[in-house]
Amino acid sequence: MRKYKEKIMQGVFLCAALVSIAAVALICLFLFVNGIPAMAKIGVFDFLLGTKWAPSNEPASYGIWPMILGSIYITAGAVILGVPIGIMTAIFLSRFCPKKLYRVIKPAIDLLAGIPSVVYGFFGMVVLVPFVRNTFGGNGYGVLTASILLAIMILPTIISVSESAVNAVPNSYYEGALALGATKERSVFSAVVPAAKSGILAGVVLGIGRAIGETMAVILVAGNSTIIPDSILSSVRTLTANIVMEMGYATDLHREALIATGVVLFVLILIINLLFAVVKNKGVEK
Amino acid sequence: MTVRNKSVLTDNIRAINTTSFKQRVLQYKNHPSSFMLLLLVVLCAIVTVGILLFLIAYILVQGVPNLTPELFSLEYTSDNASLMPALVNTVFMTLISLIIAVPLGIFAAIYLVEYAKRGNKLVSVIRMMAETLSGIPSIVYGLFGMLFFVTTLQWGNSLIAGACTLAIMILPLIMRTTEEALNTVPNSFREGSFGLGAGKLRTVFRVILPTAVPGILSGVILAIGRIVGESAALIYTAGTIAQYPKNIMMSARTLSVHMYLCTNEGLHTSQAYGTAVVLLILVVIINALSSWAAKKLTQKMG
Repeated sequence: MRKYKEKIMQGVFLCAALVSIAAVALICLFLFVNGIPAMAKIGVFDFLLGTKWAPSNEPASYGIWPMILGSIYITAGAVILGVPIGIMTAIFLSRFCPKKLYRVIKPAIDLLAGIPSVVYGFFGMVVLVPFVRNTFGGNGYGVLTASILLAIMILPTIISVSESAVNAVPNSYYEGALALGATKERSVFSAVVPAAKSGILAGVVLGIGRAIGETMAVILVAGNSTIIPDSILSSVRTLTANIVMEMGYATDLHREALIATGVVLFVLILIINLLFAVVKNKGVEK
Repeated sequence: MTVRNKSVLTDNIRAINTTSFKQRVLQYKNHPSSFMLLLLVVLCAIVTVGILLFLIAYILVQGVPNLTPELFSLEYTSDNASLMPALVNTVFMTLISLIIAVPLGIFAAIYLVEYAKRGNKLVSVIRMMAETLSGIPSIVYGLFGMLFFVTTLQWGNSLIAGACTLAIMILPLIMRTTEEALNTVPNSFREGSFGLGAGKLRTVFRVILPTAVPGILSGVILAIGRIVGESAALIYTAGTIAQYPKNIMMSARTLSVHMYLCTNEGLHTSQAYGTAVVLLILVVIINALSSWAAKKLTQKMG
């Protein structure tokens, strides 16, 4: 009797473990089955590289190139603004922060990660949009505003991954540099940080994934016009925003085209995840 | 070496390693670039914390005056945009998602840590899939939930469709935290239990799991935070109806979705402020609880 119970429960545990494989398989299946036909109907090149998104025109055109560029621009902006600050903060936390202060700052950064994206979006709308409008002109909704907001949102990801990477560097590197007469700062920046390079890079890649996938915050500050942005103040729509904004009323091919947009986003994220795994493993091997 | 000698020795080492303030100033004078680096690092940390403080202060200062009694009135109308139904829905959504995801996540972690043999190919595949799941953005979950639960299974926009979508989303988080918690349980606990004649199952449920509870709890609380904050995955799975659900097949908007709709329509900015305050307070409480639970685990193990 007891033996059967053991065997049955082991089976239950195994099934639970297999759920995540099943989930990934189901997500792939449903997205691809519903999205690929639309891509075929529109034509892969017309869909990916078409510069005009006008589902209500006669004949309708479904080109998501402006959205792909929009996602890339905003993410690039967020990386440029957020990564240096994130890495520096991680180095501060790991090597310069007094213990007492650490106990305050660390929960603060966890809190930054826990704030819902709508709250960020709302904050961006009532604070960042007027700020950008008054400082740089334009109407405030656009690439720059979205980039600043996303830079804030990816900070906690970059900080926590980079911090553990810097922490993982053996102390002997640091002490060795000190013993050679380097100042504390030089020891950290020329001995410790280079050794943590791949871990930090993994954090950046993870941050990029977060930024591309972010939806609700971006919708509220990006302006969402389906044009290829020509300046950093120009209005922009991302892949994610396109799905949320039009899915509510889309039908037929339009709806399928939106799902195909999701497929493009999904593939992009898978590539980034793969990159993350490669970078992380490289660090481990070393 | 006696204890006293040892402490004298460490004191001496400490004396060599510490630099006086004067020495440090001199050092920075000789190496201005080092001083710049120090300034830069401190500045960046100040910026990060400053942004957070500003965000919280701004939302509290602007939002608290908007916490009017109408915002908490029992029935939602398009005039008062009350958040009460959304708040109740959020609680239900959280409970249902946890009921689905927590046992699955814990069982999966038990398999990975306690049952799978070392070097098992399946384990690395499962880990990879869990990592993939945790990288998928919430809007893709929303799309999948809409295609699978809402359309294919014909559940419609409903509480259960939203909860299932969220359950898949938080599964990797619960799996990972449980795995970490199980790994911190010392092997002697297992050996002791086996030595007393307990079977594997009994060891897992009576000895290992109780020890790992604080760690699992901190993961579950983090998952609650994700559920409360989620909006993109819910709009097209749980829908946006602001009523109290009579059963799990009814559409239900949660607090975050409520806030998004208030903000996006542009008609209810003051209600959006109020909702933001409520969300922020919830998140702060959830984070504090989670780190408290995590601390409990380290205390227990230490």
